[in-house]
Amino acid sequence: MILLETEALTRAYGGVVAVNKVDFVVESGLITGLIGPNGAGKTTLFNNMTGLDVPSSGKVFFNKKNITGLPAHTICRMGIARTFQNIRLFKELTVVENVMIGRHFKTGKSETKGRFFNAINSYVHMKQEEEQIYEKACDWLDFFGMASMKNELAKNLPYGRQRELEIARALATDPKLLFLDEPAAGMNPQETDHLMATIRKIRDLDITVVLIEHDMKLVMNICDTITVLNYGQKLAQGTPREIKHNPSVIEAYLGKEEE
Amino acid sequence: MFNFFLLILIYSGIYALMALGQNIITGYGGLLSLTQAGFFAIGSYATAILTTRFGWSFWATLPAALILSAFFGLLIGLPTLRLKGDYLAIATLGFGEIVRNVLNNWDSVTRGPMGIQRIPMPDLFGFTINPYKKYAFLVMVFIFVGIAYFIFQRLARSRMGRALSAVREDEIAAQSMGINITTYKVFAFILGASVAGLAGSLQAVFSLSVTPGTYTFMVSVMVLCMVVLGGMGNFKASILGAFIIQLISYFPQLTGLSSVIPPQFKQILFGLILVVMMIWRPQGLLGREETRYGKKVAKGHKGGAQ
Repeated sequence: MILLETEALTRAYGGVVAVNKVDFVVESGLITGLIGPNGAGKTTLFNNMTGLDVPSSGKVFFNKKNITGLPAHTICRMGIARTFQNIRLFKELTVVENVMIGRHFKTGKSETKGRFFNAINSYVHMKQEEEQIYEKACDWLDFFGMASMKNELAKNLPYGRQRELEIARALATDPKLLFLDEPAAGMNPQETDHLMATIRKIRDLDITVVLIEHDMKLVMNICDTITVLNYGQKLAQGTPREIKHNPSVIEAYLGKEEE
Repeated sequence: MFNFFLLILIYSGIYALMALGQNIITGYGGLLSLTQAGFFAIGSYATAILTTRFGWSFWATLPAALILSAFFGLLIGLPTLRLKGDYLAIATLGFGEIVRNVLNNWDSVTRGPMGIQRIPMPDLFGFTINPYKKYAFLVMVFIFVGIAYFIFQRLARSRMGRALSAVREDEIAAQSMGINITTYKVFAFILGASVAGLAGSLQAVFSLSVTPGTYTFMVSVMVLCMVVLGGMGNFKASILGAFIIQLISYFPQLTGLSSVIPPQFKQILFGLILVVMMIWRPQGLLGREETRYGKKVAKGHKGGAQ
């Protein structure tokens, strides 16, 4: 089943076309990789799908609903969460507070979860709600084995932990779809192995994962399907094996062999 | 002498209300705003005009002042959403000056620079809260400070406070966590404005007259100083800051040295305090209040998977 789909998505900054008519498809339940050389438009594509940027043209469908141009917080509430290439934690807040913020719109009894007036209602019934939020946040910290650090300031965590905390925060929003923007950047091989196990665990929770990554070992190991971007255009799409042997992909990464 | 000290306490209370509002805007929301004088003026004039011209009682003008300044908070919050840091400060500073100039020139309503005199004293169940006899007034002011403190403190510990902190720390990440940053920024302005309006209302019935000269840019700067001095993101600290700044600004009169020390002295001292604070204690006297989750909220939650 197709969970998310872009239709000829284009984002141009003046004359520079960062993403050019890309049809990107995410099948639910799979781990999808998005790779490409630097400047290929991977992060721009992410931003356009998560509402942080508005496409110049083209459409984005999530669960067959058109979500093109919706604000980021609305898209998040529909069930798409993300992390960032350059870690964007709430640095001066504690670890558990970071995750609790991920639960922001998840409380309240009425259907209009996260609505502002609901927040006022939650102000009246605060104690109860805070307990729920806190418990749930702790569960996610447990999932990452970080419960013992919950009262540390986020900025004081080691780098690998900060990346994990960002994932925990995204998961706290109970997403159906999780975008990871270079989750393994700056990690050593052991941390990367650990991350791979974590991503598999996340997939087993019925959360569809899309990741941008440069670490080919990680990508080839855990992705079920890979899309390759180059100069803003979709170059190829297929299983890791197909991608590995695709001549145009090899050319994009290594250049053309001189004859 | 003792009477003078009571006066300082009352002014501290009125300014503490404004500082609490400023703390919501700047300390929690991270928005450097210089509007408090404007909202203060709006609150004062609302009470002054409604009591003298329309014969309302002070208690009826309180919610009116609150709502009116909250409305202006909304008005200033919406257009300045895209501004940050220095630019926001400049835009909001402009708002304060506009309010003062309107009050100065809209003769038919505000009586211009003459101001409005003979504001009736507030009555409560037949008891007149006479500002000349200070005690009752002092109690009233601090009841309001207490209520505002309670509401804000609770707010800061709710998810609304957390959402505001998130907006301050990283707007993009906050958006991606499902937080509507527009709502929360405007919300901060509305809250900050409404307590400043309340403070203005109290100021009007305390001095029993209002003139535009009271609501200068210096008021906003003083309120900001209070929040920075006490510690951003800490409501107790805002109240403490209000006391300290008020004590300092009345220092010459309090020590009987007002003939020796020029009135500009306090401005020099404010500047000096801010510079010294930025060097030695940038987080303020008390620092940001940390909510320690786990002690209060959790009941026997098993932490520590490691």
